[in-house]
Amino acid sequence: MHMADALISPAVGGTMWAVTGGLIAWCAKKIRAVHEDRLIPMMGVLGAFVFTAQMINFTIPATGSSGHLGGGLLLTALLGPYAAFLVMASILTVQALFFADGGLLALGCNIFNLGFFPAFIAYPLIYRIFVNASSSRLRLWSGSVLAAVAGLQLGAFAVVLETTLSGISDLSFSTFVLLMQPIHLAIGVVEGLATAAVVSVVMHARPETLAVQDAERPTMTRRALIWLILIAVLLGGVVSWFASGRLDGLEWSLKKTTGHEDLPAPEEGIHSYLAQWQEKTAFFPDYTFKAEEAESGLQQEDESAWPTVDAGTSFSGLLGGLITLAVAAGIGYSLQARRKNE
Amino acid sequence: MKAARYIEVGQMDELGRLDTPLHRLDARVKMAAVVLFVVTVMSFPRYEISGLMPLFLFPFVLMGSGKIPFGAIFKKVALALPFALFVGLFNPLLDRTPVLTLGPWTISGGWLSFFSILLRFTLTVSAALILLACTGIYRLCAGLERLGVPPLFATQLLFLYRYLFVIGGEALRMIRSVRMRSAGSKKLSLRIYSTLTGHLLLRSIDRAQRIYRAMVSRGFDGQIRVLHRTRPGWRDLLFLIGWSAFFILVRFYNPAVALGGWLTGEH
Repeated sequence: MHMADALISPAVGGTMWAVTGGLIAWCAKKIRAVHEDRLIPMMGVLGAFVFTAQMINFTIPATGSSGHLGGGLLLTALLGPYAAFLVMASILTVQALFFADGGLLALGCNIFNLGFFPAFIAYPLIYRIFVNASSSRLRLWSGSVLAAVAGLQLGAFAVVLETTLSGISDLSFSTFVLLMQPIHLAIGVVEGLATAAVVSVVMHARPETLAVQDAERPTMTRRALIWLILIAVLLGGVVSWFASGRLDGLEWSLKKTTGHEDLPAPEEGIHSYLAQWQEKTAFFPDYTFKAEEAESGLQQEDESAWPTVDAGTSFSGLLGGLITLAVAAGIGYSLQARRKNE
Repeated sequence: MKAARYIEVGQMDELGRLDTPLHRLDARVKMAAVVLFVVTVMSFPRYEISGLMPLFLFPFVLMGSGKIPFGAIFKKVALALPFALFVGLFNPLLDRTPVLTLGPWTISGGWLSFFSILLRFTLTVSAALILLACTGIYRLCAGLERLGVPPLFATQLLFLYRYLFVIGGEALRMIRSVRMRSAGSKKLSLRIYSTLTGHLLLRSIDRAQRIYRAMVSRGFDGQIRVLHRTRPGWRDLLFLIGWSAFFILVRFYNPAVALGGWLTGEH
């Protein structure tokens, strides 16, 4: 899921650098505040561990293909969200510099997509609810898989948003979403399995290592919130596959406003806004703009010729579900933050 | 286990330890130049191809003056290529506007933007790799810290890098022993993976605790102090100003088109 520089515009890359930089500074401050010196070598060594574990492949049961650990969720379970975010950031930086996995401009995006969601959303809102030191195997495995899937779905959706906003790839938003989300559903399941596999060993052999996660027991309201999120995602992603075009107001309103049932091609939505912005700032506005105009005429035809995947139905559902999830997660997180301050 | 990747980390490490005039430049000016370079590359319009060509001067000059073998960098760029290919390949499918005719061939906008993506990819990725190869992780982290990156994060990068080889070596030995006991089967089942990775994790945690005790017994107080030796001089300033001027020039004036026009007699 590493994004490459070649698909990121300086505006998007720069914004995400600023966001990620702010998060790193904030996490560093949080860790400094607790004066846990022990954490410093632990973070370094566990970073090296995850880096190594990402290269160890295992056979995925019943498929024959292989997968590996991503590590965001596992690190959060071991170190807590702040330290885990810093460790993920350092892993991605080393990968960008040594292996050309992702680029420098895209580094902000990559750290955010792969570090923020598991550490600050999937872990506190899902994993912690399911898993504690006395959890049954079922809770451990289901909690890990659900948390990993949610984290990766959000990350993949962020990749799509960042790519579309950059406007370098011609892939339309809806097509790209349909490519990315199902792939990352599978990757999420694998990540969840690998996380649970490693945690179960540690839980058995050295339960005190996982003490961090028992510091705070989830409350009933948080539990209810989690179920709401899960149901929203399920409804959004699965049910809308079967739903008729009119179920969800989005398409209908699109048809009314644009005359097309399809989602607008990139040139019409975010893109026209960006193109206008680009026209104002570009050095040679005629050059890019003419080309875009010529292209959008032809693209309409291509879009309709583009295979039978009906992006509209499940896309609008998924988008609705994901936005709900994001809002819910935001609320949950702010609640948690408030409780910590008390 | 991609053991080859570790060998490559070792190679980058060796390159970073070289001592050429380029390596001796202040890490901060090199980082600034590379960031400016990447932003320049990505600020070109989507169909740009010829305008990107002069920018290849930057990686080539750096590799040349830093004694960095071209092959080492391009091999890594090629290994990282699939993602850009995957997303970029949709451009020729989706955008079929003819924009250019070359004799009997018509080239669509999609192919142009696809090649533009590949060029950008090569430029930006090689720049990042070269930055590391001509600076080395230690100088880079010290530079990052002086640029205002939280010291905790700079320390984390150094720690990660230091223990990558140690933990990686441990994992290689564990996997080798699993293979020797599993009668030629190269695949790890989830059950074996779980114990193997779990134990690697336990060993890593133990190691971190030993390191912490060793650090405390040597007076560690929560701060890691990095020795700052370099002070930016006129060479560093010249490097940054020279390349910035070059990027701006190339961004506004396309020497490749001018050269082509001059050669074909068109204007």
